Amino acid sequence: MTAQLVVFYLLGAITVLSSLGVVLTRNVVHAAFMLLVALLAVAGIFLVAVAEFLALAQILIYGGAVTVVVLFAIMLTRTDDQPRADHSQRPLAALAAIGVFALLVVAFVASDVANLESATGVATDAETGFENLALGLFTDWAIPFEMASLVLLVALIGAIMLARNVEDGE
Amino acid sequence: MLELVHFQILSAALFSIGIFGVLARRSAVLVLISIEIMLNAVNVNLVGIAAFSDRAADVRVFGQILVVFIITIAAAEIGLALAIVLRVFRNRGSANVDELNVMKW
Repeated sequence: MTAQLVVFYLLGAITVLSSLGVVLTRNVVHAAFMLLVALLAVAGIFLVAVAEFLALAQILIYGGAVTVVVLFAIMLTRTDDQPRADHSQRPLAALAAIGVFALLVVAFVASDVANLESATGVATDAETGFENLALGLFTDWAIPFEMASLVLLVALIGAIMLARNVEDGE
Repeated sequence: MLELVHFQILSAALFSIGIFGVLARRSAVLVLISIEIMLNAVNVNLVGIAAFSDRAADVRVFGQILVVFIITIAAAEIGLALAIVLRVFRNRGSANVDELNVMKW
């Protein structure tokens, strides 16, 4: 058992347990904070897979921005009476989730993608570092990259327009 | 020895947890949080395949580039969706998905 594997199991356990906490807790604010833990653990998983830039982006975007926005939304949509947090269809949802999990695991194990590519192990730092990512983003993927920034801009302007108080505006 | 299948099973577990959250939760904000978990499952899968692929380094990095786009779209999605949830809450006094049946035929 290599150190890499130990770290992966540790981070994976944190991710899965805190994600389960997100969907099982009755307290909405606790759910948001457990989402933060899960997303930071996913950043750690990215580091194990030698994706440093993505780990940093994950911490900045999810750890910083998304969690804060979600917390604001929770505070603003809060009602006095604390209603039950779950549908009556919860047992069916559990059944669907377990079914999807079983199907995915069987498919992953049976398809054996790793052997198709005759993979030899995690790429080293030099092979998928910042340099290759930057080269790819600004040569082959330059136009989709700019489109993505445009989409983000339009979406955020739309979000401001939607959330604005019309009575105050005009 | 860390293998690709570890990443894939972690990804499958996260995705199923997200599906459970989307189907079982009543609050629209919690449904959106569960969708974020599902998007992260996809990212874990893509990063794992990018790390274990045997292609040249400038091809295997495409997996990570796709994750960059997914993170961008996810950020746009959560911002826009939470704005819609806020507007719905102001108009109807509730952000529970089972009470929003105006467009139900």
